[in-house]
Amino acid sequence: MATTTVRTIDAKAIRELFPFFTPHEEMRSLIYLDNGATTQKPRAVIERMVDFYSYHNANVHRGAYGVGAKASEMFENARERIAQFLNAKESAEIIITKGTTESINLVASTWGESLQPGDEIIISEMEHHANILPWMQLVERKGAKLIVWKITDEGKLDLQELQSLLTDKTRMVAVMHISNVLATVNPVKEICALAHKAGAKTLIDAAQSVAHMPVDVQDIDCDFFAFSGHKLYGPTGVGVLYGKREILETLPPYQRGGGMIKRVAWDQVSWAGIPSRLEAGTPPIAEVVGLHAALDFVDEIGRDKIEAYEWELTQYALERLQEIPGLKLYGPVDYRAGLLAFNVGDVHPHDIQTVLDTEDIAIRAGNHCAHPLGDRLGTPATARASLAVYNDEAHIDALIKGLHKVREVFQLD
Amino acid sequence: MIEQLYQQVILDHYRQPRGRGHLPDPKFMHDGANPLCGDEVVIEFQVDGEVITNIRFSGQGCSISQASASMMAEALTGKTMDEAREFIRQVYALLKGDVEPDLETMGDISALAGVRKFPVRIKCASLAWHVLEDALKGLQATAQSK
Ligand SMILES: Cc1ncc(COP(=O)(O)O)c(C=O)c1O
Repeated sequence: MATTTVRTIDAKAIRELFPFFTPHEEMRSLIYLDNGATTQKPRAVIERMVDFYSYHNANVHRGAYGVGAKASEMFENARERIAQFLNAKESAEIIITKGTTESINLVASTWGESLQPGDEIIISEMEHHANILPWMQLVERKGAKLIVWKITDEGKLDLQELQSLLTDKTRMVAVMHISNVLATVNPVKEICALAHKAGAKTLIDAAQSVAHMPVDVQDIDCDFFAFSGHKLYGPTGVGVLYGKREILETLPPYQRGGGMIKRVAWDQVSWAGIPSRLEAGTPPIAEVVGLHAALDFVDEIGRDKIEAYEWELTQYALERLQEIPGLKLYGPVDYRAGLLAFNVGDVHPHDIQTVLDTEDIAIRAGNHCAHPLGDRLGTPATARASLAVYNDEAHIDALIKGLHKVREVFQLD
Repeated sequence: MIEQLYQQVILDHYRQPRGRGHLPDPKFMHDGANPLCGDEVVIEFQVDGEVITNIRFSGQGCSISQASASMMAEALTGKTMDEAREFIRQVYALLKGDVEPDLETMGDISALAGVRKFPVRIKCASLAWHVLEDALKGLQATAQSK
């Protein structure tokens, strides 16, 4: 029996800030362990968006009338807040996108334009498809090469291995901050330093990290940094691309349309400066305002506290998962984020998911959008429980009980 | 309720599948997948005149999808293509709840009725049958165009 006691955060009090966890008619109360896919939204986020639509709705950067000015102010305040959250030098380095996927695609199709035949891009073997496919398509288009940085047997990235892959042809090293399957926390600061020494740029896919640990883009010294609002207690449909000013300023437009130009005439177009140049069309205004509230929510608790709490909870989970005979856990155990991908005996992950669902526990099952990693691990699918700040030991206990039930239903002995 | 889904028969077919493997000389081969959950089933079979003489399946996925493929290989071997088509219709009706499970006519397959309470799993149970149905449709189309 495990003895760890997790106390640094009162998860129950935090759950009370979420309508989703307030039992209501349509839903039995659910133990939600699919936070790697998306997190639930605190009331503050939902209310900020309702407030925006109810009382402040107008397009941004258009209306000089009162409400329009207020909407623009709320939008730009959110951009400021995002910059501060990441410790970017200035808000112009914050580009609003619809999510991590779009952020990475934006970089691949704008910055990627400068690629020459023979240039190399390094990505790791553990990447999500969102940080594979845009690069695959880019290298094909440019006659460049995609180099895969293999993982160690433990599920980590070895910096010496990176050293041996970097050449004077390397133009970009794009890696995830935290693996959505292995839960590995990659040494992004060291990766960026090595890449820069070789003259390459860097992109960090931070989809799984921003909600779970403090991040500082200046300290990491990455050139690009991408994340989604919805995995950070914020709304869907909004994401962020951080880029260093001196690089963003050299990028061609991503999409073309309203809001991203200085002046259009039939014979001449001049583009706006950053960030507008990279944000054609009406942005997801209510979502950006909601994301602002989500960042406040996270910082009110404190990201270092969240990190410490989730690590304690993860250790408790790691310990208790050992009780399940035949359970195979993927990824490092010395330190990891609060994601636990596993298999139990010969039971298929979807069957694990269904059994747990009948116990009102929500987990994810599948390939987690990382087919090449699945190939490397030799398993096309895994079950994955992923934690957030509102989860607690009781949820882990329920998961363990549910896994015993799985073994019973599948007559494993 | 969960025990209705994962009945003994299902677990048997999952763990000791009938007809898993490949034919040395498959006459027909067809595959299908549920992209959402990653279940994959490949069907190979031979026909002699109108009769399906041999069925093998391969692939990967949850117990429901794989057990269902095993049951299909067992149930449809030796049936004519018309009989197989009719049988497949019966299976869909069973999964949807339009007919009641009948051990006499359906045998092990009756156990698949357990998915009715798990709407998201109906796709898993019907996958192999869809694959064969598609393959038979293809055969019919080529036969008619000749
Ligand atoms: C590591 C990682 N990268 C990228 C993504 C894609 O995020 P989104 O679908 O919000 O664009 C995810 C989400 O599953 C992820 O886990």
